[in-house]
Amino acid sequence: MATKKFMYLNRRSSFGTVYAIESLEVVLIAAAFEQDVSLAFMDDGVYQIVEGQNTDGIGMKNFSKTFHALGDYDINKLYVSKESLEERGLSESDLMPLVYEDEDDDWAEKSSIKVVTNDELKAIMSEQDVCLSF
Amino acid sequence: MKFAIQVNEGPYQHQAADSAFQFAKAAIENGHEIMRVFFYHDGVNNASNFTLPPQDDRHVVNNWASLNIKNAEGEPELVVCVAAALRRGMLDESEATKNAIEGYNLHPAFRISGLGQLIEAGIQSDRLVVFGD
Repeated sequence: MATKKFMYLNRRSSFGTVYAIESLEVVLIAAAFEQDVSLAFMDDGVYQIVEGQNTDGIGMKNFSKTFHALGDYDINKLYVSKESLEERGLSESDLMPLVYEDEDDDWAEKSSIKVVTNDELKAIMSEQDVCLSF
Repeated sequence: MKFAIQVNEGPYQHQAADSAFQFAKAAIENGHEIMRVFFYHDGVNNASNFTLPPQDDRHVVNNWASLNIKNAEGEPELVVCVAAALRRGMLDESEATKNAIEGYNLHPAFRISGLGQLIEAGIQSDRLVVFGD
């Protein structure tokens, strides 16, 4: 099967609407198709990977821990909009430490998160074959 | 061109389903192929056979059915995500039987399948067009 570049664009926060968790469900299924997968987080989507989410009071499943599994599925390109973080008073240190093991570098543990400007994100998006927006 | 379409919103609350239908209809009329329409999130509600809009309004579900989008085997290529459908009470006969629920509401022009069908559509089509809020 042909390999295409798939980007999953996340623009909404973890809870409040169903988009975030159902987007992650697509990403996990997509991992089985051996495509070139990346994720982008912008607007309120940056809240999806903030560290320390707690759903005890709202009766929802805390699915944020699932993001830690992405590295094991060879999904290790997570682009985060610098402007979206700054607009919300957030920085990279507020995000979960999402990592993968680089098989080309003696399985060294590396960060999957790349904070990029919107201009950089625009360039990355324009390289994609398929962009799924959630 | 070979298009695939993803619909992320239900009928009537959002215009996304109408826009997607109009796009699909125009594409077909202009000689393009719609290889699959994939319904996700509340978009699964586009497949409800129980939909009864007032007579002076458009019928979104019947609009989809009128496109008659099928594959070479004659199966519908209006595909509803199974996980999204079941948690929203959208069932076909087999899921109703499996879960011991009386009655089912999937319109016969649609079929229920997995998310892999969305990824496959992204791989096999020339363009995947997403309609959402």
